[in-house]
Amino acid sequence: MSLRIVVCVKYVPDATGDRHFAEDLTTDRESVDGLLSELDEYAVEQALQISEESDDAEITVLTVGPEDAKDALRKALSMGADKAVHVEDDDLHGTDVLGTSAVLAKAIEKTGYDLVVCGMASTDGTMGVLPAILAERLGVPQVTLLSEVSVTDGKVNGRRDGDTATEQLEASLPALISVTDQSGEARYPSFKGIMAAKKKPVESLDLDDLDIEADEVGLGGAWTKVDDATARPPRTAGTVVKDEGEGGKQLAEYLAGQKFI
Amino acid sequence: MAEVLVYVDHVDGAVRKPTLELLTLARRIGDPVAVHLGPGADEAAKTLGEYGAVKVLAAEAGEFADYLVVPKVDALQAAYDVVSPSAVLVPSSAEGKEIAARLAVRIGSGIITDAVDLEEGDEGPVATQSVFAAAFTTKSRVSKGTPVVTVKPNSTSPEAAPAAGAVEQLQVSFGEAATGTRIVSRTPRESTGRPELTEAAIVVSGGRGVNGAENFHIIEELADSLGAAVGASRAAVDAGWYPHSNQVGQTGKTVSPQLYVATGISGAIQHRAGMQTSKTIVAINKDAEAPIFDLVDYGIVGDLFEVVPKLTEEVKTRKG
Repeated sequence: MSLRIVVCVKYVPDATGDRHFAEDLTTDRESVDGLLSELDEYAVEQALQISEESDDAEITVLTVGPEDAKDALRKALSMGADKAVHVEDDDLHGTDVLGTSAVLAKAIEKTGYDLVVCGMASTDGTMGVLPAILAERLGVPQVTLLSEVSVTDGKVNGRRDGDTATEQLEASLPALISVTDQSGEARYPSFKGIMAAKKKPVESLDLDDLDIEADEVGLGGAWTKVDDATARPPRTAGTVVKDEGEGGKQLAEYLAGQKFI
Repeated sequence: MAEVLVYVDHVDGAVRKPTLELLTLARRIGDPVAVHLGPGADEAAKTLGEYGAVKVLAAEAGEFADYLVVPKVDALQAAYDVVSPSAVLVPSSAEGKEIAARLAVRIGSGIITDAVDLEEGDEGPVATQSVFAAAFTTKSRVSKGTPVVTVKPNSTSPEAAPAAGAVEQLQVSFGEAATGTRIVSRTPRESTGRPELTEAAIVVSGGRGVNGAENFHIIEELADSLGAAVGASRAAVDAGWYPHSNQVGQTGKTVSPQLYVATGISGAIQHRAGMQTSKTIVAINKDAEAPIFDLVDYGIVGDLFEVVPKLTEEVKTRKG
């Protein structure tokens, strides 16, 4: 039987752009170009590698987001994913992590899965908790923050580099994994891949399709509220000197003046 | 006064500094009740009490070490059921955030991660966060359920405030999910003897300009002269010159020390995201146009291989 892999990806404002908040204090998605979150490229890559090692696997890439989020799905399809699911609904604007995870869980269950693959965090919200929440909601083992992963004989094995130790983890499928940016460079889509992606199916779902009420999601349904967002004042310009042989000494004097030495 | 659960991060009973910061923040919004899982509760309780824990709920079971995350969620939930707290605070480690997040789902509460400050507000605790690579500061609160907040290291200075801190045993029954992910083996990270990166008062980081693993000893020697932790940019880590556990930046650690010394680091957004809330920033880079110089309080345009050893020598001389 085929191994059904669902990769969750997020369409985010480019982290190298000048990101802002919109008037309702949600992330402004207008002023900065969007793209597939860089950290999710690693998830797509690992899903592709797992699929290549398997006799028979099918990769569905899933996102929750506005119309433009299709760009993220196209990118993943051009890298080699087989099909895509896009959950899109005006009522989703402003949904927080608990709401988004509930929508993803419904969409994953509807799609059918043996393995869910996530990135380690988004590059906009950067919470890094969605994979754990999704595992809780799906009721499957959480095998997260992996720098190496393999799937064999209905089991997933992986290496987790924690703050104080490196752990080898093992769980039975169905399971959810998240992979870090240490898991291996993501491939670039080939020209052939880009052409093929145009013909791959993208299924659109809305909240009705997933039996989710509008008041369970969106800004009104969020479990948290942002009351204020203030641009950080720019740092006041400091002193920059050219080293003429005394740079080390000058810096030491500065640090001593600041009581660091 | 309402009780606030504080999840204890410790190594065999040695309480890590971020937990003491959490106890200090917790006292602003209620009476801290510490939750200690694993060995060493009696030892930890002395410290926890000194920093304001009115009691310490302790549980020890093999599951905590043998299976990933979920057994600890079961235990924290048991503590939540016993205490009915007004808030739950957890250190913002990778594991801490996962534990907090799963608890939030179970108790039907909102979650805020990576707070850098916490105050009492009219509608519950208000968390300060630093977002979009620290370009913005936000104030947020949990609007549904019992606030679950994870807090970053260095969010406040730990303040002693002696309280009873008596140990009470916490009864935990593990659910089916607890044994889902088995920890087959664990290799503790070797201690370098240097301060923990996220907790250090001074961080010295090296980047692309260090130009090889064999040159990182220059950075380490400067760090050791200052009593600092060693960091590395993503470029240096991706090149294999320094371990990922030392990476400062968006996909590594976020640090907010009193002093950050960037050597051979250009200051790309990826890196700035991890360090620009540092109090004082100094940089050494041979490229006068490097964006890192926009952030510095003091910068040297020069060759780090010339400047850093002289700086180290000067620091050692001055410290005698």
